[in-house]
Amino acid sequence: LFFPERRIDPVQSRARKEADQPSRDCKGADKTKTRAPKQPGQPSRDCKGAEPKQSRVRKPGALTPVPHHSGAHLPRVEITSVRAPRESLRFLTGAALFALALGPAPFGRAEPIAFENARLIPVDAPEIESGVLLIEDGKIVAVGPAADVGIPPGARRIDASGKTIMPGLVCTHSHLGGIGGADGSAPIQPDVRVSDSINIRAPGFRRAVAGGLTTLNLMPGSGHLLSGQTIYVKLRDAGTIEEAAIRNPDGSIAGGLKMANGTNSMRAAPFPGTRGKSAALVREQFIKAREYQAKCERFADDPEKRPARDLGLECLAEALSGKRVIHHHTHRHDDIMTVLRLQREFGFRVVLHHVSEGWRVAEEIAAAGAPCSVILVDSPGGKLEAANLIFETGGVLERAGVLTAYHTDDWITDSRVFLRMAALGVRAGMSREGALASVTLAGAKMLDLEERIGSLTPGKDADFAILSGDPFSVYTKIEQTWVEGNQVFDRADPNDRLYAVGGYGAGEEAKPYLCCAEHAEGGQ
Amino acid sequence: MKRNPSNHPASPAPESTQANRAATVRERTSHRAATVRERTNRAATVRERSRDRTIAIFTATSRQNRHPAPWYALLVAIVFSLTSTRAAAQIAVRGEIVHTMAGDAISNGVVVVESGKISAVGPADRVRIPQGFPVLTAKVVTPGLIDAHATVGLTGIYNQKQDQDQLERSTAMQPDLRAVDAFNIHDPLVKWVRDFGVTTVHTGHAPGELISGQTMVVKTWGNTVEAATLVPTAMVACTLASSARKGGDKSPGTRAKMMAMLRGKLIAAREYQRKRIEAEDRATQDSSAETDVPADPARDLKMDVLARVLAGELPLLITAQRAQDIANALRLAREFEFRLVLDGAAESYLLIDEIKAAKVPVIVHPLMARYFGELKNASFETPAKLRAAGIPVCTQSGFEDYVPKTRVVLFETAIAAANGLTFEQALSAMTIDPARLLKVDDRVGSLEVGKDGDLALYDGDPFEYTSHCVGVVINGEVVNAEPR
Repeated sequence: LFFPERRIDPVQSRARKEADQPSRDCKGADKTKTRAPKQPGQPSRDCKGAEPKQSRVRKPGALTPVPHHSGAHLPRVEITSVRAPRESLRFLTGAALFALALGPAPFGRAEPIAFENARLIPVDAPEIESGVLLIEDGKIVAVGPAADVGIPPGARRIDASGKTIMPGLVCTHSHLGGIGGADGSAPIQPDVRVSDSINIRAPGFRRAVAGGLTTLNLMPGSGHLLSGQTIYVKLRDAGTIEEAAIRNPDGSIAGGLKMANGTNSMRAAPFPGTRGKSAALVREQFIKAREYQAKCERFADDPEKRPARDLGLECLAEALSGKRVIHHHTHRHDDIMTVLRLQREFGFRVVLHHVSEGWRVAEEIAAAGAPCSVILVDSPGGKLEAANLIFETGGVLERAGVLTAYHTDDWITDSRVFLRMAALGVRAGMSREGALASVTLAGAKMLDLEERIGSLTPGKDADFAILSGDPFSVYTKIEQTWVEGNQVFDRADPNDRLYAVGGYGAGEEAKPYLCCAEHAEGGQ
Repeated sequence: MKRNPSNHPASPAPESTQANRAATVRERTSHRAATVRERTNRAATVRERSRDRTIAIFTATSRQNRHPAPWYALLVAIVFSLTSTRAAAQIAVRGEIVHTMAGDAISNGVVVVESGKISAVGPADRVRIPQGFPVLTAKVVTPGLIDAHATVGLTGIYNQKQDQDQLERSTAMQPDLRAVDAFNIHDPLVKWVRDFGVTTVHTGHAPGELISGQTMVVKTWGNTVEAATLVPTAMVACTLASSARKGGDKSPGTRAKMMAMLRGKLIAAREYQRKRIEAEDRATQDSSAETDVPADPARDLKMDVLARVLAGELPLLITAQRAQDIANALRLAREFEFRLVLDGAAESYLLIDEIKAAKVPVIVHPLMARYFGELKNASFETPAKLRAAGIPVCTQSGFEDYVPKTRVVLFETAIAAANGLTFEQALSAMTIDPARLLKVDDRVGSLEVGKDGDLALYDGDPFEYTSHCVGVVINGEVVNAEPR
């Protein structure tokens, strides 16, 4: 029977994946006929684009939504299916013949796998001291005590006694892959896509799976008011960014928009020199986008009067319509309030990132319904706006009722110790449940992916990590990481272990291009 | 062709005459250097006797002061010292487990501190707590932690030009820069690390220039640097890494140039030292000469410090991450026979035999440093690998030029504890091992009678992410009792 050999020939594994492309995740597409913009974290708007021609209900006081269908006018990543390279096709044929020879289990992924006797942390349900996780075809089929889970006769059974299984970690803010978004020419560059800059083969991604991460929001830096479009990726065994990309139901690549305020984006002209100027420039752009959007809608059927296509304004219009979430770098409490003020004015959906002084305005953040993705670094300072960073922020926000996640900001912190951040959150007063969700389901909600990932729930992607012990212990090791039913990390494999602990050959030269952090360039 | 005898430590010293001569010269040099210094110092009324680990610099300076302090200042000082002694310096600490780092851990142990010094350590049933002593209780008690290499106090929290004193960029080699002149004990980050149990830091000039300056050993508690200093000059910080490389037409621009510049400087220092000894000899022989005749050559602060390095008095703390750079550091130490302490040493696991043969201790980079550039091949397991080979290992918070502005040695060591070091080994890498390395083990690093009353209290395994530091005691004074 199929044995999931690790690091099988990548071409072959790719072929296997392509042969087995899961159908687009469009369950419930019909329920999204009309949908107002909402904050991430509210009930899913997954598959909103499945019926692209619908019009959207406006949020009271919100702006004219962008019709999502006018193909020529909307940024759309054209790739809707991954084309198999020739050699992949060859392997595909070979794999198919091999599978036929084997009989009923055509591909590894299709075979049900039961992880038995494990401590299970579903995140959206109480922990199970000893239970079964059953996966099939890249999806979770069942999670529960042994008595409640029927293991199909043909299933592969893996004894996970003494192990803990939890959902794959979701990092809402990562700079892995040597990313580079906007350049130094202007403070607002919404047409720039970070997906055009990522080396998906960078060792950082191997370290990330060693840390139990399975989903990342890859973002450009914070040296701009707006540094470009972000991309949500799965840490599949991918050779191209397209293979790693998470797709919207309409086939476009899923992602948000990166913005920043505070000191990182304040520089010499044409960048803003003050906070007031920063907000003014942003306001100006959004007003422009609103007008562009209105004209596009009004003259949708009149090519003469329709404004010339503008990729940047298109992207901002997507943010205004709620299709694209704004991921906003912001540290100081007054900068946080500025983001919320702009959010009220323009109605975009926003996730606050870093939020070092979020503890000062937790009630206000909660009232605005804005989720927070927090960074916790080992000491405050390093720059003025982080001087009041405290470990307690996560707990304070949680208690105020804010949807709270953590993020690595890798390379700021190392993805391999991502769980440590949530554990330090617990140290400083966050609830254990909240901390477990903060690196899984909360992040999934912020990326609008909570119907697909973030918890061990039947029907969700089989993304999970197998741990040697409690997630919040320093002594616990991530032993395996699985993405969509495929094992992508195995600590027992020396090649993988190298990335888990480091050592000669695990090296990485490419730092992210952040275009602001001159201090960060020094390094020792 | 002449072979450098030190290249063949195992061979029976074929060039023994030369080696012996070198050793004799060094010994003599060391002795003479001390003599010269003594004389110079006498002339200047300033005693820089770092070996004594006193803070003579400061007392000497005040002695020089022509205007004596007013009488009431003295009175205030006396009153303050009396009250502080009475109020704070006596305390008893009970722990379910007391890790003394001098023998086995004690279950249900007690440490008594009187007048700032430890007066008793042992099981609760054998140690009497004097009447009236306040008692702190915790699950786990350890010696106050020692950060074997930091820049805290020089690298301020704000990371603005005015609070960054760790690097002077005007020239590549400035061994005369003293850490005591730059250390800000009131910087919030000093308190930050203290609250996690760090009571002593080896801090000073950061990696980033070929010779960036001196380091010091200082407690994390005190109103002035004078009050807190254990060793004003501990080591001289050197960098054999790309961060010390300069662009354009500035030197050093290459690895080889770094080595050439260091060699040139050390040779100059050797020459300076020899001339000063000769001048000293002349002065001694010529009894009619005035004792205050200026020595020849004129005193050079940079050379003074490097002479102390060559005399074996001050170690060179060389930051080198790549194996190639570590090998360069070892080569330089062989050539000039100075005491070498390796800092960072990300790829040291490739040179374990060489480092061991050279008997060089290693202060391993923060394990959660960013694994990019010269740290790209760094490993969580380096401390364990070095320790297994018998190489003295300490952990550190290191230098950060961005966020987090300082790391916490407790957290970095925890990663070592989770990656191959035993609990005791990891704890010793941030207590007694750095105390020995820094030659302050008569004062700190373990809980033994006579040592300073520096303790850290935890509500669980100190390395666990979810444990808290629930108390910090320095010189018998409770400096933090808020759980961190």
